[in-house]
Amino acid sequence: MLNTELNIAAPDDFYEALVALHRDLTPEQSSLVNARLILLLANHVGDATVLRQAMAKAREGIGPAGQDATLRTTA
Amino acid sequence: MDGSLAERVDYQALVLPYARSPDQDAPRPVRHPVVIVGAGPVGLAAAIDLAQQGIRVVLLDEDDRLSTGSRAICFAKRTLEIFDRLGCGGRMVGQGITWNRGKVFFREEPVYSFDLLPEAGHRRPAFINLQQYYVEGFLLERARALPLIDLRWKNRVTGLQPQGDGVLLEIETPEGGYRLQADWLVAADGTRSPVRRAMGLESKGQTFRDRFLIADVRMDAPFPAERWFWFDPPFHPNHSVLLHQQPDGVWRIDFQLGWDADPVAERQPERVIPRVRALLGPKVRFDLEWVSVYTFSCLRMERFRHGRVLFAGDSAHGVSPFGARGANGGVQDAENLAWKLALVVQGQAPASLLDSYDAERVQAADENILNSTRSTDFITPKNEASRAFRDAALGLARDCAFARRLVNSGRLSLPSTYRDSPLNTLDAEAFDGPMQPGAPAADAPVRAGGEEGWFLAQIEHGGFTLLCFGEAAPEDLPGIGGSPLRPLLVVPAGAAPGKAAGLPVIEDAGGLLALRYDARPGTTYLLRPDQHVAARWRRFDPALVHAALARATGQG
Ligand SMILES: Cc1cc2nc3c(=O)[nH]c(=O)nc-3n(C[C@H](O)[C@H](O)[C@H](O)COP(=O)(O)OP(=O)(O)OC[C@H]3O[C@@H](n4cnc5c(N)ncnc54)[C@H](O)[C@@H]3O)c2cc1C
Repeated sequence: MLNTELNIAAPDDFYEALVALHRDLTPEQSSLVNARLILLLANHVGDATVLRQAMAKAREGIGPAGQDATLRTTA
Repeated sequence: MDGSLAERVDYQALVLPYARSPDQDAPRPVRHPVVIVGAGPVGLAAAIDLAQQGIRVVLLDEDDRLSTGSRAICFAKRTLEIFDRLGCGGRMVGQGITWNRGKVFFREEPVYSFDLLPEAGHRRPAFINLQQYYVEGFLLERARALPLIDLRWKNRVTGLQPQGDGVLLEIETPEGGYRLQADWLVAADGTRSPVRRAMGLESKGQTFRDRFLIADVRMDAPFPAERWFWFDPPFHPNHSVLLHQQPDGVWRIDFQLGWDADPVAERQPERVIPRVRALLGPKVRFDLEWVSVYTFSCLRMERFRHGRVLFAGDSAHGVSPFGARGANGGVQDAENLAWKLALVVQGQAPASLLDSYDAERVQAADENILNSTRSTDFITPKNEASRAFRDAALGLARDCAFARRLVNSGRLSLPSTYRDSPLNTLDAEAFDGPMQPGAPAADAPVRAGGEEGWFLAQIEHGGFTLLCFGEAAPEDLPGIGGSPLRPLLVVPAGAAPGKAAGLPVIEDAGGLLALRYDARPGTTYLLRPDQHVAARWRRFDPALVHAALARATGQG
């Protein structure tokens, strides 16, 4: 079961660190850091049910509104 | 049969002569039990398999050449084991480049490497690389040695009419048309499948918006026999590149080009040579052997059996080349189909047994398509988010073991376990390990008749096998049609076969067979002609074996 109760000892410290992680990055670099963070945390969690619940929660209330621009893979 | 005939034949230049068949002069369409359309790897494998089981086959092909250019190069362990059963595995492996290792690079850096066959005690390697024209050439030579196969080149199927008890075919030849009557038709006529079209059927799925350039080059190069895959390398930025060794000093280089690339211009040597040069550096001398630009789709027909017509190989399904699942999957279709069709033609099983071909191979095609689609999505990310996740996985892969498992440069062909097959008898006792009903039998070193050998070579007889560990073989074995179930006794290394004298016995040389089959004395396996597990028990019970055999032949 995905825990949505507070589970972090010092939430303000964590939040500050999370934002600080992106301070000197372009949006593109930032999204790479986020992607790495998600992969690291997802693997740490491991439990497929929890991961699926977390993905569903993350998407909750965010309906489809178009598409991420299709990548043009030419240089 | 294997190996010794290997003179040098230029299989690419081979012209296979058209010859007039007496059928063309018959007043009425001549009737044949099985007609196969298409002498690609799948049609050839099916024809050989059927002929080895005593079935007469007419094999039609519109062309008079083997595969143009090299096309498929990676042939998987299971396919080689099938070729062993078809009598040409040794030639394939002898001519091919054996490899088990792959390496993945991200930008300048090697990220990780993997071994596709980490355990010893298997006759065949994870893969060989061999040009498709060799594979077809060796199959063809094997087919020619079988008098039950009637091969007809320059025979193009132009129309057909399904009938209740067969199919009426219209065929064009250089000397005009004729008609044939087939009790059963195998459509192994490739991705565009004229048979499929003539029947108004479709193969549906997804086409990917990407283009790839294949350059097969001849060179003396210092690379090892491994599969090397680069994501975003400096010599071909933003795209992927795959490098693979083939026999005769030929290397395959596969460059991702992107959707906007011009397929005609990209084929020109003045465009190809600089790309190859960028990879190899200024010093390596090379010649272009074969160049082609391709796109691909993941497709499948809804069903592979349509009455008396059975679709196999690319006609039934299509995958991307990453994972080498096209020809490998198709040859596995052929072997799944052949024994079932043989039993049906011989009147030893009901026609409904062929529905299990559909069930098992549709499931296998879905597995291949799933794997191939996932690889393609990794190699060609469709949006910024998937690009970020891909680069994240690649970036972490060097330091973090888990991320290596996420990197997907192709999940290479593995045989399917027919878990949900209607032919399986479910386990009634506890077993460990992968040899569950539906699984392809694992190989192991054994001693047979005092000689070192391999387990799979002991079960190549084309019928069902009852594998009995440790105890004397049962006497009153059930049979199918006229042929009894073949018993095979397994004893520990050095042990005497006891009272089983006269029955085939093998010694479990290194104990690996018992390990891989989680066997104890008394453990009994029923193996299908295609070497998949049908049922297993901890103790031999003739009634249970009988029921399982009936079930596995569509009579249960
Ligand atoms: C670039 C590339 C790389 C690949 N790499 C791999 C790989 O590494 N490993 C792998 O497993 N697969 C690979 N594949 C896929 C593989 O080549 C195919 O899956 C395989 O050839 C399918 O075999 P088939 O016998 O079903 O069809 P085909 O090989 O296409 O044979 C069909 C035959 O039917 C005949 N035919 C067609 N129409 C008629 C008609 N009307 N009448 C009579 N005959 C007819 C044709 O002449 C042909 O001989 C690759 C494919 C490509 C293009």
